[in-house]
Amino acid sequence: MAHAKPDHNHYYVPHHAHWPIVGSIGVTALVVGAANMMNGSDFGVYLMYAGIAIVVVMLFGWFGEVIHESVQGFYNRQVDTSFRMGMIWFIFSEVMFFAAFFGALFYARALVVPWLGGEGSGAMTNAVLWQGFEAVWPTNGPANLGGEFQTVPAFDVPLVNTLILLTSGLTVTMAHWALKKAQRKALVLWLAATVALGFYFMYLQIGEYAHAYNELGLTLGSGIYGSTFFMLTGFHGMHVTLGAIMLTVIMFRSMKGHFSDENHFGFEAVAWYWHFVDVVWLGLFLFVYVL
Amino acid sequence: MSNTAAVQEHHDDAHHGPAKGLMRWVFTTNHKDIGTLYLLFALLMFLVGGFMAMIIRAELFQPGLQLVDPEFFNQMTTMHALVMIFGAVMPAFVGLANWMVPMMIGAPDMALPRMNNWSFWILPFAFVMLLSTLFMPSGGPAGGWTLYPPLSLQTGNSFAFVIFAIHMMGISSIMGAINIIATILNMRAPGMTLLRMPLFVWTWLITAFLLIAVMPVLAGAVTMLLTDRFFDTSFFNAAGGGDPVMFQHIFWFFGHPEVYIMILPAFGVISEIIPTFARKPLFGYSAMVYATASIAFLSFIVWAHHMFTVGMPLGGELFFMYATMVIAVPTGVKVFNWVSTMWRGSMTFETPMLFALAFVILFTIGGFSGLMLAIVPADFQYHDTYFVVAHFHYVLVTGAIFGIIAGVYYWLPKWTGHMYSERLGKIHFWWSTISVNVLFFPQHYLGLAGMPRRIPDYAVQFADYNMISSIGGFAFGLAQLLLVYIVWQTARGGQKATAQVWEGAKGLEWTVPSPAPYHTFEDPPVIDDSKLAHGDVAH
Ligand code: HEM
Ligand SMILES: [Cu+2]
Repeated sequence: MAHAKPDHNHYYVPHHAHWPIVGSIGVTALVVGAANMMNGSDFGVYLMYAGIAIVVVMLFGWFGEVIHESVQGFYNRQVDTSFRMGMIWFIFSEVMFFAAFFGALFYARALVVPWLGGEGSGAMTNAVLWQGFEAVWPTNGPANLGGEFQTVPAFDVPLVNTLILLTSGLTVTMAHWALKKAQRKALVLWLAATVALGFYFMYLQIGEYAHAYNELGLTLGSGIYGSTFFMLTGFHGMHVTLGAIMLTVIMFRSMKGHFSDENHFGFEAVAWYWHFVDVVWLGLFLFVYVL
Repeated sequence: MSNTAAVQEHHDDAHHGPAKGLMRWVFTTNHKDIGTLYLLFALLMFLVGGFMAMIIRAELFQPGLQLVDPEFFNQMTTMHALVMIFGAVMPAFVGLANWMVPMMIGAPDMALPRMNNWSFWILPFAFVMLLSTLFMPSGGPAGGWTLYPPLSLQTGNSFAFVIFAIHMMGISSIMGAINIIATILNMRAPGMTLLRMPLFVWTWLITAFLLIAVMPVLAGAVTMLLTDRFFDTSFFNAAGGGDPVMFQHIFWFFGHPEVYIMILPAFGVISEIIPTFARKPLFGYSAMVYATASIAFLSFIVWAHHMFTVGMPLGGELFFMYATMVIAVPTGVKVFNWVSTMWRGSMTFETPMLFALAFVILFTIGGFSGLMLAIVPADFQYHDTYFVVAHFHYVLVTGAIFGIIAGVYYWLPKWTGHMYSERLGKIHFWWSTISVNVLFFPQHYLGLAGMPRRIPDYAVQFADYNMISSIGGFAFGLAQLLLVYIVWQTARGGQKATAQVWEGAKGLEWTVPSPAPYHTFEDPPVIDDSKLAHGDVAH
């Protein structure tokens, strides 16, 4: 544990790490529980929740330790740079995760559906297997999986949501400026605005999901359209939720005065994450809703 | 902690030694401890995966069904690949990186030591989960490590466990890769410029980038499988407008860079070893760096050479054929430079060098069979035959694994402070090299003659070569027990190693004592050109 005096000539290397093993146990409980749940066992759900709880405790413990060390002044510039690089490459990995789902959307739309409709070498597939299927987008496939459905119109709530997220990108930047000018009150207010916008986005999004399921007939089971629509927007929503929670933590830390105009990696990391979530949404709005 | 008060007051966290007992290993943040954990874990998985290979070869010893039933046979081929790729080869290279990268660039430790601990400690859990599926009533996954739907979706209750295990391995790899990038970019001692870094560091930097780029794509692919199976989605179901071939595209977008993830660090190891034992600087250092980067770039645009027979449009077949062949150019640069490094060198042939030489020759054979497979019309014949099996075992066993073994012999004295037994090392080398060729070379012929891969039984005309291959397999398996013995013996004792260990060795890692102290380079070393192996330094 940290009991040495801050020493800025040396790169800080902690002696022990107690939290990772807790994290491994938590993640394992989570996924073993989830797998059992999917296989239809009753206790799976409880194990999964227990796993989630352990992971949450781990995150608080781990970050708490890091924050403590940071506030004590253990980290020099070089440590700060390591954290920054860690965050940047983590976000890059997230970009690639979304790329897989966008790729699936593009591939399905541009190639699979036309082929099923008889284009190019798909002529016989269409004639023999899926006679009468016409390639249109959106589609739930030649077998009409999940039944008739309607799509969510783009220039309705999704447009509002776009404006909300764009605004929130602005407010978090305002917060950053305030932080750089060492205006704590403004910082906290702008952050609060960002958090509020984030949660409001989620509120609208959940409303949209309910609307889609209950009135539009659009579900995860609505063929390839439903699959790509809900998986893309769903993973995005999970990221917004996570980002909003992180922003909330940052807001409380700002109130406690954890950040200085010079030293605020935690703030910036979350801000980057928020911008990333924002950009993904723009891609979604364009490729999932508008086009 | 047994430090003196004076030291403690000066700088406590810098001078403590390892903690005692088992918990040292569970809580450690030390790159050397974590490197050791990775390497031992990889060795264990190598033995587990090897045991499965023995079952496969025993069943294939003769035509007909003898030992195991076909369903179990298929579980063995699937699990063998998953365990070897994700459990043996990848963790072994991360272990080598943990041990060596900080010492090679003059860093006090990895950049993010806590996360380093987690990257390792997630793996044992993932593999217990994966291996446990073999004991489930429905059995383990049996549809091949590539998990193609719709077959993989017919897996029993073990399916979700397999998917989640893969997710956890991916998390581990991504965290490990982030750490390696941050270490290399941020922790180099002053004067260790990018173009002075040892090639092992360079190849790992590029590998880490590949890992972060493609492991999330694999995560996406298997997540889609999971939702197709349990949550009604139709990504890979034509009835819903999806396509099983789409899975193959996403999977191989990960899969081909993945094969380079498994070979680039081996290129790095070999590029360290050959100059040492040829007593000459590496020929064409910067060309090696650029070749590595080109291979990494190209590896993103060749994936569909695994899918030539799925019915892609002609333009696709042509593009992926030519793009694949282009990779032979930077690969050729590498082989040329290794050979040129040896040209007129004063060579000696200690065990690491022997393995490195075998690597150069045998990996090249694997590269050539790869080129044959890259020819679309030829691949229509070869695809899904034993020819493919022979190809990837040449690049992976005599490539990646020989690279790892060469590295282990090369650095073992630095890790343990003892020299291994050169006599046993040489026996291990010759035994392995001869048997591995007996094992895999005949598989080329089997494939060309039309024997399909992933089958427990075969037509009698394939009998002879299969028997030869199995005999080679058992011999190769046995040889690896010798490796385990040599490592164990060296760890326990033996002739003391000097700091430099090898007469021709250069680089920062050879300036610290052997065994390397628990903490190295807490104060950055002063970089002295004459001590560096590579790059734009005066020789
Ligand atoms: C000169 C470079 C290479 C070329 C041109 C090449 C080409 C190919 C081709 C065309 C295939 C598909 C064959 C088929 O399924 O019909 C293939 C399969 C494979 N290659 Fe390579 N390859 C090269 C290097 C490597 C390297 C360096 C590795 C790994 C270290 C590797 C590992 C594999 C594996 C694992 C498979 C089979 C995957 C599976 O279907 O299970 N290859 N290679
Ligand atoms: Cu490939």
